[in-house]
Amino acid sequence: MPVHFGYTISKPRAIDIDHNNLRKSDEILREMPELQTCIGCGACTAVCTAGNLTQFNFRKVHTLVRRGEYQGAYEEMNKCMLCGKCRLVCPRGINTRGVVMLIKRKLGDF
Amino acid sequence: MKRVIIIGGGVAGMQTALRLAEEGVEPLIVEKEAELGGKLRGWHRLFPSFTPASEVLGELRSRVARRGIEVMTSTEVKAVEAGAVTLVDGRRIEGDAVTICSGFDLFDARIKEEYGYGIYDNVFTSVDIERMLNEGRVARADGSRPRRIAFLHCVGSRDEKVCQRHCSRVCCVTGVKQAMEMKELFPEADVFNFYMDIRMFGPGYEEMYREAQQRYNIHFVRGRISEAAPTIDGRVQIKAEDTLTGRPLRMSVDMLVLLVGMRAGETNPAYEAAGLGRLESGFMAPRDSFLGNVRSRTEGIFYAGTVTAPKNIGETINEGCAAADAVLEYLKKS
Repeated sequence: MPVHFGYTISKPRAIDIDHNNLRKSDEILREMPELQTCIGCGACTAVCTAGNLTQFNFRKVHTLVRRGEYQGAYEEMNKCMLCGKCRLVCPRGINTRGVVMLIKRKLGDF
Repeated sequence: MKRVIIIGGGVAGMQTALRLAEEGVEPLIVEKEAELGGKLRGWHRLFPSFTPASEVLGELRSRVARRGIEVMTSTEVKAVEAGAVTLVDGRRIEGDAVTICSGFDLFDARIKEEYGYGIYDNVFTSVDIERMLNEGRVARADGSRPRRIAFLHCVGSRDEKVCQRHCSRVCCVTGVKQAMEMKELFPEADVFNFYMDIRMFGPGYEEMYREAQQRYNIHFVRGRISEAAPTIDGRVQIKAEDTLTGRPLRMSVDMLVLLVGMRAGETNPAYEAAGLGRLESGFMAPRDSFLGNVRSRTEGIFYAGTVTAPKNIGETINEGCAAADAVLEYLKKS
């Protein structure tokens, strides 16, 4: 019987682009190329009602999706109430609500 | 003697005229304002050396005066063609070449209503700060000293919502410069700069940024302020995302300063009507970005300064010389 000393092996935290499958991310960007123009200013997150009350961070979630980190993205996007304030402030004119819907549609099974 | 009409008597126009006069050509500066100097008249000190703007302006003006360059002030141009301009009053002035040095316009911060400029007290633009520095008194609306000041970068730049996609380039360093000036005036105040990217493109700019961080203890927060609102005690509450920590941020400040960008000059559409090309940003399109950067697509019409893109004063002075050289080359051939 193996003895447990209470140690576990942690999964590496690095975003491993070699390992991540960017196919879904490419599909998303093909449908909404304007998402690539994001300068990460965070105005969307600053006005976000959900983000002021929960851990939800739209900028972070879509950036992770673009890096091929799909785990949990669908659940995160479910926190969005689709109020559209983020779309009003986005200096790049990105259809942010459309991004939420698109990610939910593409990543429902992750 | 060959005569060259120069539209605009700011930094670019004066430098172009000086260089042409040195080479024995007769320049004529047509300036819409009552005096020479352009936007430089409104600035206090220049980055990165904190040289008084009046020093540069005074020197350029006195050189123009010493050379006896002909200047028409309070004169507005309506239309341009190769070798002539038509004024608003209908008069036509002929010459051998035309150089357009009509510069840029300032972005009107009232368009970004969410920041409350012109609606709430204690929201200022970078131009207001320069003016107050020149007047010798920077203060809040009630005359008190600010204890906390926030600068917001990229107001009217890189912003699709107000049709200004381009980067105005000089606001970043202006924000750093003014933050340092505020800290000099109000050492007890906390100064925050809200930025998207810090673009320190010129010599000495990065060093200045470093000094602002290290010696002046100015705080740099990476995030765009999404809205500003007045508080009950007359301060300004701002909201942003602190993107480097990934959390929403809010704070109230005594002064909010909007670093307004450069937009294309309002007379540019008139030049376009004369067959000259414009860029998507509204600035005039030079013939190309390298060997033809001071030439328009029409022979005999040249550009210098911020009429083609946002530039700093050093670059503008250089372009005045470059444009004059191109004009001289053209005059030799014609």
